[in-house]
Amino acid sequence: MEPILKIDKIEKYYGSRSSLTKAIDNLSFTVEKGEFVAIMGASGSGKTTLLNCISTIDRVTSGHIYVGGEDITKLKGSSLNRFRREELGFIFQDFNLLDTLTAYENIALALSIQNIKTNEIEARIKKVAEELDIKSVLNKYPYQMSGGQKQRVASARAIITNPKLILADEPTGALDSKSSKMLLERFNHLNDALDATILMVTHDAFTASYAKRVIFIKDGKVFNEFERGNDSRKEFFDKIIDVVTLLGGDLNDAL
Amino acid sequence: MMLFKLSIKNIKKSFKDYAIYFFTLILGVAIFYVFNAIDSQTVLLDVTRDTRELIKLMTNMLSGVSVFVSFILGFLIIYASRFLIKRRNKEFGIYLTLGMSKRKISMILFFETFLIGLLSLVVGLGLGVLISQFMSLLVANMFEADLTEFAFTFSSSACIKTFIYFGIMYFMVMIFNTINVSKCRLIDLLHGSKKSEKVKLKNPIFCTILFIISACMLGYAYYLVTVGFEELSNASDIFIPIILGTISTFLIFWSLSGLILTLVTRIKRFYYKALNSFTLRQISSKINTTVFSMSVICLMLFITICVLSSALSIKNSMTANLKTLVPIDVQFTKTRYLNDGQVEQNVVDDSKITIHETLKLLEFDMETNLKDVVELDLYDTGLTFKDTLGNYYNEASKKYPFMTFDTKEDFIKLSDYNRLARLYGLEEYTLESNEYIAVADYKELATIRNEALKRNVPIMIENEKYYPKYAECKNGFLFINSTHSNSGFFIVPDEALVNKAISISMMSANYKANDEIEKNKIEERIAVDLENHPYVNSTTLKGITKIKLYETSVGLGAMVTFIGLYLGIIFLMSSAAILALKELSESTDNKERFRVLRKIGTDEKMLHQALFRQIGIFFLFPLLIAIIHSIFGILFCNRLLAVFGDDELLPSIIMTAFFIVSIYGGYFLLTYFCSKNIIREKI
Repeated sequence: MEPILKIDKIEKYYGSRSSLTKAIDNLSFTVEKGEFVAIMGASGSGKTTLLNCISTIDRVTSGHIYVGGEDITKLKGSSLNRFRREELGFIFQDFNLLDTLTAYENIALALSIQNIKTNEIEARIKKVAEELDIKSVLNKYPYQMSGGQKQRVASARAIITNPKLILADEPTGALDSKSSKMLLERFNHLNDALDATILMVTHDAFTASYAKRVIFIKDGKVFNEFERGNDSRKEFFDKIIDVVTLLGGDLNDAL
Repeated sequence: MMLFKLSIKNIKKSFKDYAIYFFTLILGVAIFYVFNAIDSQTVLLDVTRDTRELIKLMTNMLSGVSVFVSFILGFLIIYASRFLIKRRNKEFGIYLTLGMSKRKISMILFFETFLIGLLSLVVGLGLGVLISQFMSLLVANMFEADLTEFAFTFSSSACIKTFIYFGIMYFMVMIFNTINVSKCRLIDLLHGSKKSEKVKLKNPIFCTILFIISACMLGYAYYLVTVGFEELSNASDIFIPIILGTISTFLIFWSLSGLILTLVTRIKRFYYKALNSFTLRQISSKINTTVFSMSVICLMLFITICVLSSALSIKNSMTANLKTLVPIDVQFTKTRYLNDGQVEQNVVDDSKITIHETLKLLEFDMETNLKDVVELDLYDTGLTFKDTLGNYYNEASKKYPFMTFDTKEDFIKLSDYNRLARLYGLEEYTLESNEYIAVADYKELATIRNEALKRNVPIMIENEKYYPKYAECKNGFLFINSTHSNSGFFIVPDEALVNKAISISMMSANYKANDEIEKNKIEERIAVDLENHPYVNSTTLKGITKIKLYETSVGLGAMVTFIGLYLGIIFLMSSAAILALKELSESTDNKERFRVLRKIGTDEKMLHQALFRQIGIFFLFPLLIAIIHSIFGILFCNRLLAVFGDDELLPSIIMTAFFIVSIYGGYFLLTYFCSKNIIREKI
């Protein structure tokens, strides 16, 4: 079967010829449908650049990224926006909810920019709100919600369009441990029950331990990767910590 | 020097933010120069001494208005610079954490203000000089003078004045900035921008009630100035609709900002379409936070529209009036038969002789100078305005409590009137022995008289009853004038006035001249020779000429037009600039919001559309209410200025619309492009 995401030997350079920085250096991996992958790496390892390239916010210097078989590095202008709108769901560290809109309206916006009918919007929001347990906050404004609630609203916005791929950039970065746990459990639920494909970037081993596969990146290259398999979350977490220790750097103080 | 470099870099860097500020300054300087330089253009015009006097009066008035304008501009500039400073709080915070003293930050600001000020002054003056070249065409047109030759004009006095006025304004800005910087605290500077937007929802029921109340108030104010116009006989009465209008405007903005959102969210099909929900929230939050300034801007726009359209139409109708109201070249009038002791004896003596006898004493030769001479008298029958109203008086005195009804009425013999009417080219009349005709062209009074005439009210002269021939006042006049100001006189059969006292004598005539030059020579004789004759102090004789009326009228019209234009443009500019600054002040917040929208995949086109709508509605909202106000305001002005004749308003309204579209619309587009620039992101 065609993988949902195929990263094919991508490179990303910054700077001019005289002082070249390789943010991503010949990186390749694939994500199959229904996977929940965490990408770990220290700051400066290139994980955010990678995510930006996948989300088409940034362009690769060379190589190809295929989403559902479509080469997104070739997309331009409005087809880029269409791709972002219809194929991808985003979850950001700082939620990125619009502060002037209620939770309901924030979620609805993802659909209304696709010109989906009002009735359908209502039905779909109702469903997704149940999945993410945010029914009670739908009519609240972001400033009236807790961080965890905001992130779950943002997650609802990301998955409501039934995207091929959900990209999460440090989703627990701004949450306390209790909210983090709750959110990640919801991610697991989405992954198991709805077969959502999630690609999550994090530097936090605890967060990564909720994924089914972890890819470590160092200096723009894949350093290591392994699957959770049948391990318990605790065992998986210990394995991750081992690699983190091996990697050194500031990931040591990630816990 | 280091600080100076920093200032220059700052200006270059934040030029996007400064664009509106800079644009406003340049425009302000240019307009200020143009209107102060008008007198230098009139120097070129070939006009008479009287017009020259009027131009001098106009320039004086314009410089008086300039003081007022400079206050408005000063306020605007300080307001704008405060906005810009706020946007840069973080930058100043960083300077402070780096150990820069507040004094040095003030210095940076000082340099910046100085540089921007200097630059805007130079560019603005350049633009002003350019515009004023075109202005000379308008000036020539206004004074109906031939622009003998086109010459480049530069008014050094206006230039210096502009420098001084704006110098003071910039100096004030510098002081304000310094005070601002010295008061600020580091924590606020660094975290000032991190405020989360709190959406305060107003109670929709309360808003609805308030809206209805304010709409009623506004409706009543409209009623007062239009239908209820007659009741506004006292000058202070006008404050009632003004106050009502002001309060209701504010309340309408306040209630609508809460109401619109509640209403539109109900229309789900519309609300959840594309970015409508986002745009609507943006607008309503903006109107919510700017209710006060929106109301002020709305009222300013209202004043602008009324001032511009009235000023432009006054000029038009004044000149149009002259053609019909001044059909002859000269008219002399004299009060007759003054009582002994009322004034000096020689004046009393003079009042006993006719006008042509007085002219002889003044050594003015009627034979060589005048033709088509009609000399006639007005009579005093002892009847007053009250008497001529008959049984309608009681009603009228109640309806118009501030009108004086005991003024003496003027009567004229039918044959005399017909002689004059022939000269004027007006309709001649015939009368039965018991009939009279009332003639008036001042609308408000004609309306009152018409009521009495409709009731067939008779007048009594020497125990004879006379009845109105027509059930309404005939349109006409005796004295030449630039406005419709004949409050009324009565034409009666000749025999009715046989034994009556003459109150006023008048002599109407044309100049015995073949061309303009000869006419001007005779005019000069009347204006200079007669005025300087020693006998002039012993007579009440007054001469009024067509040329003089014309010049006064043209001059007045020009004066009103220029002052109207000046104030109108400044008001328009100020309100548009405030709106633009309000919009741009939130551009950083907006940028964040649009970034989110872009991240979830919104099309650029959709984003631009949302931005365009957001700014468009923000600009249109106060204008719309101002236009509704203006419809009634213009109706009111029109009736108030009824003496100037109600000329067709359309041309002046088109002119007003042109100014609004170009200045207000210009600011709107500038704001849109600036905002678009700010939310743009490179991929």
